[in-house]
Amino acid sequence: MSDATPSPTATPERPRLPAQSPPVDPAKTAAASDKAAGTGRLSWWRGDSGDGAKRNLGLIGVLAALILVGAITKPDLYGDPTWVWNNVLAILQLASVVGVVTVGMTFVIIGGGIDLSVGAIVALAGVWCTTVATQSYGAGGMIFTALVVGICVGLVNGVLISYGRLVPFIATLAMLVAARGLAASISNKQTQVSSSTFINDIAARKVIGIPILVYILGAVVVAGWILLNRTTFGRRTIAVGGNPEAARLAGINVRRHTMLLYALSGLCCGIAAIMLTSQATSAQAAMANLYELDAIAAAIIGGTLLSGGRGTVVGSLLGVIIFATITNLFAINGLSIEAQNMVKGGIIVAAVLIQQFQFKSVTRLLARNRVTTAT
Amino acid sequence: MALPEETTATDPAEVGVEAPLVEAPPDTVAGEVVLRLTDVVKTFPGVRALDGVQLEVRAGEVHCLLGQNGAGKSTLIKVLSGVHQPDAGQVQWRGEPATFANPQAAMKAGIATIYQELDLVEDLSVAENAFLGHEHRRFGFVRRGRMARQTRQILSRLGHGEIPPGRMVRSLPAAGKQIVSMARALSHEARLIIMDEPSAVLAHDEVGNLFRIIRELTAQGIAVIYISHRLEEIREIGDRVTVLKDGRTTAANLPARDTPTRDLVSRMTGRTIEYVFPDRPVDEGAGADLLQVEGLTRTGEFADVSLNVRAGEIVGIAGLVGSGRSELLETIYGARLAEAGSVRMDGKVLRPGVGAAVRAGMGMAPEERKSQALLLGEPIYRNVTLATFGRYARLGFTDAAKERAEANRIAESLELRPRDVDRPVRTLSGGNQQKVVVGRWLLGGTKLLLLDEPTRGVDVGARAELYQVIRSLAAQGVGVLLVSSEVPEVLGLADRVLVMREGRVVREAAAGELDENTVLDLVMAGSLMEGAPA
Repeated sequence: MSDATPSPTATPERPRLPAQSPPVDPAKTAAASDKAAGTGRLSWWRGDSGDGAKRNLGLIGVLAALILVGAITKPDLYGDPTWVWNNVLAILQLASVVGVVTVGMTFVIIGGGIDLSVGAIVALAGVWCTTVATQSYGAGGMIFTALVVGICVGLVNGVLISYGRLVPFIATLAMLVAARGLAASISNKQTQVSSSTFINDIAARKVIGIPILVYILGAVVVAGWILLNRTTFGRRTIAVGGNPEAARLAGINVRRHTMLLYALSGLCCGIAAIMLTSQATSAQAAMANLYELDAIAAAIIGGTLLSGGRGTVVGSLLGVIIFATITNLFAINGLSIEAQNMVKGGIIVAAVLIQQFQFKSVTRLLARNRVTTAT
Repeated sequence: MALPEETTATDPAEVGVEAPLVEAPPDTVAGEVVLRLTDVVKTFPGVRALDGVQLEVRAGEVHCLLGQNGAGKSTLIKVLSGVHQPDAGQVQWRGEPATFANPQAAMKAGIATIYQELDLVEDLSVAENAFLGHEHRRFGFVRRGRMARQTRQILSRLGHGEIPPGRMVRSLPAAGKQIVSMARALSHEARLIIMDEPSAVLAHDEVGNLFRIIRELTAQGIAVIYISHRLEEIREIGDRVTVLKDGRTTAANLPARDTPTRDLVSRMTGRTIEYVFPDRPVDEGAGADLLQVEGLTRTGEFADVSLNVRAGEIVGIAGLVGSGRSELLETIYGARLAEAGSVRMDGKVLRPGVGAAVRAGMGMAPEERKSQALLLGEPIYRNVTLATFGRYARLGFTDAAKERAEANRIAESLELRPRDVDRPVRTLSGGNQQKVVVGRWLLGGTKLLLLDEPTRGVDVGARAELYQVIRSLAAQGVGVLLVSSEVPEVLGLADRVLVMREGRVVREAAAGELDENTVLDLVMAGSLMEGAPA
């Protein structure tokens, strides 16, 4: 106890001085900016970060495996190129409505939230745009109504969450119940038939051999990709979801942005409502049932982190297509929907397990860094 | 990037000469030695947090640990409570070498830790908290009656029989929660209770009660390791003091009551690492007032703070954690709402909100780099432009090329390593991450930089570079308001220093007029020599 002095033998090392003082050198700046501008322009298309792209390759691998399973189980069908092409279109058409919803959902989840009300918003927008009164304004009025209803309901979600400080899960769960209720009361629980041939033609028609619904999905995905990777909106989304405090302290209006994310999800639901109404040539309060689960599952399989801050639109699209392919695979093999749901459930669990595994390695790294700063 | 040798470099002359080690008379404390640490070392990547700690604790004594922030107290506690395992050295617990693989093992051996932020479950009852993790059970059912009875016993042993065991912890005041924490320690039949700044959460009159309980515990032969920044408390409750500095024991077993304050302070501060601060400009061409804060108040955090920062001036705020300094900075920045007082930039009153502050030309590097400032998975360039990407955008479309160019420019001028701005920021060392945070505000005309603990977790080499950066920013006319718990940093870097204690500015002076001991006295005790030079 008495001999407690450390026996210091080390000699002090002088801290290194920076080789030069840091003030900005204009000449250097110009050179650096030229160099970076060059690489930047080359990589305009390269949006998603490296590991995101790797993940998507993995998803394409899963897709290829599913197609292989199809080819093995039904070699006669897959031998016929016309059938294969039509089957691909069928899968894409099957994926189109949920795909559009999933793009909106992807933004919400990257932004650190969740939207359980998407199915209900689709139903409400579908019902609202097929009322006798709305239909009297023609196809334009119907489309306008569906989009506005979607945006407004999304805004209500957003305001409750960002300014009312409700937990996203609760706020959108409440909206799920309420919006379906409103849809049922507007439609008087009846199926409302759409008499607009323009609307009904969207699902029925093809352009250059490809269904219009698939074009809509493509347009939404491309718009979503650009929005996420090339705009300030997308950058803010990642910042707000990745570290809301850092975003706030950097001067980003986190609340307003959160609100806008739900409005965006609502807009996607409005678009999906038109597509679904067109497919069924009618709308009813029970339509788009459980779309929220399909959309969330697809986004997660696509690599979107449920805690926010990371995700890709392309990944979500692949997630939706994988689900659609499974459905298709079971259909052509004449298997039951029950078996199909079990496989889907297994795939969701597997995807999340893989994600957790990756996430853990990240948190381990963080934990290691954190203790460095501990005293 | 990690430079452990530098962090631990020790100059024998500086440690020993001024303050020779004091040996306590062996008969000061009668109890047997329950805990003895010999040459305990704990390294983390890049940091040698403990570098030869000696500690001896006897049954029935209150052993105080003293040291500045970063001296290794928290790491030491974590080693004792089984959170970390030492890399080298020996831990002897009740005469036998011991290793605690996890907190449960330490608990079982009889070491209980009461952390500053009490680890209670707010929505469980007092009894449930006291027996959390080792409930009395029979056939899988919790024996509530027995637990309540025993809890009542323990509470009355602590002199607080009036707390009902069935009460929800949430409804208790801070002092009551602390007693529940102690009850938990006693429910494990702890032989050693470690208290990490227990008085920090208590009001003044509650501290007396805490001391009474501590005395009762020690009278029962329980040893207490008591950590506090307040010297007067250590004098009142402590038996012996061990001083830590830079992860080493610089003095062991000093008598708590009789050791002069001078001695204690110099053992905490004796420099082993010479920080290199850039020279202050000789020309004191005082710029115009950039920031004016008047009567800023937030109840429970700080009160009636007025200060100003001129263009090109570095103003340092010295104070302990909990003195209100970080809260003050965040309030000036608009991240917290002031209850009273005003913040002016360039003479204009700021509207509340971070957005307004940023538009007025403020930038902040917050205290918690990782949780408050960085998107760890995102590339460096996106972190650098987090506050400014909107300005490079055209019609809402981001200009990644321009952002990369700007980030490259910042990386170049701050000597960021590695220079590749597409790498995720989490792969950088602490010092380089801090450069990213500071660099963020070098873009887009920041006039006033608020820095909260800019060198926490930053190794010595990177520190010197950061100091250079801060100084050269000031030279370019940027005002800097700097908060640091490291007194030498504030004194070495700032032109003017404000000392904060318990939410108030207790001293304001040019940095040259203050020395480290004066500031430490002001920061810690206050009563000793307020306003007087050392």
